[in-house]
Amino acid sequence: MAELAAQGKKPEYLYWVGCAGAFDERYQKVTRSFAKILNHTGVDYAVLGTEESCTGDPAKRAGNEMLFQMQALANIEILNGYDVKKIICTCPHCFNTLKNEYPDLGGNYEVVHYTSFLEELIDQGKLKLDKSVLSDRRITYHDPCYLGRGNNIYDAPRNVLDKLGGNFTELKRSKSFALCCGAGGAQMFKEAEKGNKEIYAERTDDIIESEAEIVATACPFCMTMLTDGIKFRDRQTEIRNLDLAELILENLGI
Amino acid sequence: MIKQIIFSGILLITLLIFSYTLRNLGLLFRLTRKTKPFGQWSKRLTLTLEVAFGQTKILRKPLIGFLHALVFWGFLVITLGSIEMVVNGIFGTERLFSKTGFLYSIVSASGDVFAYVIFLGIAIFLIRRKWMHIKRFSGIELSPRNKKDAFLALFMILFLMVSLIGINFCFISASPDYTAGVYPISAQLAGIWKISPSHARLFYELSWWSHILLIFIFANYLPYSKHFHVFMSVPNVFLSNLEPLAKLPNLDAVTREVKLMLGGNAFQDSGSEAPTRFGVKDIEDISWKNYLDSLTCTQCGRCTEVCPANITGKKLSPRKIFVDVRNRMYEKGTQLIKNKSFDDNKSLVSDDFISYEELWACTTCNACAQECPLNISHPNLIMDMRRYLVLEEGKAPSGVNSMFANIENNGAPWQFSPQDRLEWTKE
Repeated sequence: MAELAAQGKKPEYLYWVGCAGAFDERYQKVTRSFAKILNHTGVDYAVLGTEESCTGDPAKRAGNEMLFQMQALANIEILNGYDVKKIICTCPHCFNTLKNEYPDLGGNYEVVHYTSFLEELIDQGKLKLDKSVLSDRRITYHDPCYLGRGNNIYDAPRNVLDKLGGNFTELKRSKSFALCCGAGGAQMFKEAEKGNKEIYAERTDDIIESEAEIVATACPFCMTMLTDGIKFRDRQTEIRNLDLAELILENLGI
Repeated sequence: MIKQIIFSGILLITLLIFSYTLRNLGLLFRLTRKTKPFGQWSKRLTLTLEVAFGQTKILRKPLIGFLHALVFWGFLVITLGSIEMVVNGIFGTERLFSKTGFLYSIVSASGDVFAYVIFLGIAIFLIRRKWMHIKRFSGIELSPRNKKDAFLALFMILFLMVSLIGINFCFISASPDYTAGVYPISAQLAGIWKISPSHARLFYELSWWSHILLIFIFANYLPYSKHFHVFMSVPNVFLSNLEPLAKLPNLDAVTREVKLMLGGNAFQDSGSEAPTRFGVKDIEDISWKNYLDSLTCTQCGRCTEVCPANITGKKLSPRKIFVDVRNRMYEKGTQLIKNKSFDDNKSLVSDDFISYEELWACTTCNACAQECPLNISHPNLIMDMRRYLVLEEGKAPSGVNSMFANIENNGAPWQFSPQDRLEWTKE
C-alpha cells in the first residue's frame, strides 16, 4: 500500500490479510491462494504489509477492551491515512471487527468477506470454474460462527461451492444450527476449560459422519481446529481440510 | 349486585398487588445501567411480529415448537374472552360482547376450540416434563424450587382450561337455545353428555368464579415465576438487539480513556463524570436490558442444549447466567432498595454465582443467542463479565495474557515480528 501511495496510486480494494494469514504456516497457503485469484481476475488491490496490525478482536473477546481500542484506533489512523474505502477480509473475525466494531470508532469502510467477493466474481463471469475437476467427490462445508450466525452469511460460501461441483452434503448441524469449532472468543490462545471432550473432536465427528472427503472452511481458526480434530481422530488420509480459496485455485490449475 | 361488589373488590385487590409488584420491579430496574437510546421502530415491529407472534424461533424445533405456538395463539384469543369476563363481572352482565355479532362468533368459536387444544398441549408438556427425561429440563442452575415452579405454572394453565371448558359447556347445557357465541366442541359434548339446567347453572357459576380467580392468582404469581415470559416475551423481543449477533458494542468509557492517552493528556481531568467500573461485576453494572432478559428467561434450556462448551462437559451453561442474574438481583437488589450502602461481600461474578471457569469456557459462537426463542443475548453479557475480570481484576488464563502481551508488543496475537508480515508472499 505504501509503495502505491508513493506513486500516487489508489487501489480499489485493500486486502486485509490478518495475523493468521500472515503468520500461520498452514493458513499462509490460503492467503497465497486468494492473492493469486485476485491477480488472476485482475482485481485492483493492495495489502498493508508491515503496517497491518491485529484488529484487536481476540483481545476484545477476552475482555481487554482497552487493548482492543488502542489497536483499533491505530489501525483506523492508517486506513484513513490511505483513504481506504473498500476492504476484503479472509478471516471472519477480522471481517466482523472491521465491519461492525470500527465504525463507532471512526473507521467507516465497505467491508466484504472473501466468500461474498468470490461469489460476486463468479456471478460477473470473471471467475470461471470447471465442475469436472471435483467430479463427484463428496464435499462438505463447516460454517464459521463469525460468518454464519454472527453476520448471517450462509449462502455465499455455498454458492461458490455449488460452482465448484462435487457431491455436496450438509453436516448434521449446519447453517444457523452449526456447531462451533471451539476456537472463538480467544479460546484459540488458551487451554480449554475442564470438560469431557474437546469441542473440535465433537465437530470432527460430525464431519466423519457426513462421509465427506473434503471439508471446506472459510476461517483460519476453524482450519486449525478441524485439522487438529482430523488428526486427533486419525483420519488424515480420508479427509482433507481445505479453504474455499484453495479449492478454487486447485480448480483453476494455476 | 352482590356478585358485582364482590367481584370488583377482588379485582381491586388483584390490581393493587400487581401494582405493588410492578413498583418493586421498577425500583430494581433503577439500580441497573442505562443504555444508549434506540430507534428503528418499524424494524422492531416486524421482528416482534415474526419472532413473538409468528413464533419463528420456537419453531426451530418444529414438533414441540408447533405445540407451543398453538398454546400461544390460543392464549391470545382466550385473553379477549378474559377481558370480556372482567367487564361482565364489573357490570353484572353476561356475554356482553356478543353484541358484536359475527366477530363474537369467530372469537368465541376459536376460543372454545383453543381451550381444548391448550388443554391437550399442556397435558403433553406435563407428561414430557415428568416422564420423558428431556436433558435440557435439568441442570445445575435449576433448583428443586425452579422445577416445582415449572410444574405449578403448567398445572395452573391446565386448570384455567378446565374451568374455561366448564364455562362453555355449562353455558350451553343451562340454556340450550342460546344465541350468544358459537362453541363447536363444547356444543358437541353438551349434545352427548346431558346435565339438568339447574345443575348446569350451578356449575357454570362455579366454573366462572374458579376461572376468573385463577386468572387473578396466575397474573400475580407470574412475576415471581420463570413463567413471567407470558407477560415479558413480547416486550423483550420488541426491545431486542438488532445488531449482527457477533457485534460486541465498544465501551465508551474506555474510548474516552484511550483517546486521552493517545492525545498525550493522560492526566487531564476527564470531566465531572463519576468513575465507572469497567465491565460487569454485580447487578448494578448490568444494563436494564440484561435484567429484562433475566425476567423473560423461561429456563427452557435451548441455549444450554446447543452450547459447545456445555455439550463437551464444561461448566458453562448459558441459561445459568440469566438464572443467576435474576437470583442475585432478588438477593441484593431488594436489600439495596432499602439500604443504599448494602454490601454482603458477595458478587454476581464470583464463585458464589458465575465463576471464572464458566466465563472462560465461552467460545462466543452465539449458538445460545441464535436459539433463544425470546432473543436473549448471552455472549455479550459473558464478555462484559470478562471485561471486569481482565480490566479490574487482571484475572485471565496465562495463554490469554501472553496473547495480550504479543498484541501489545508486536501487533499480533502470536510472537512474530511485524517485519515478517509479508513472509506469505515468498513460496
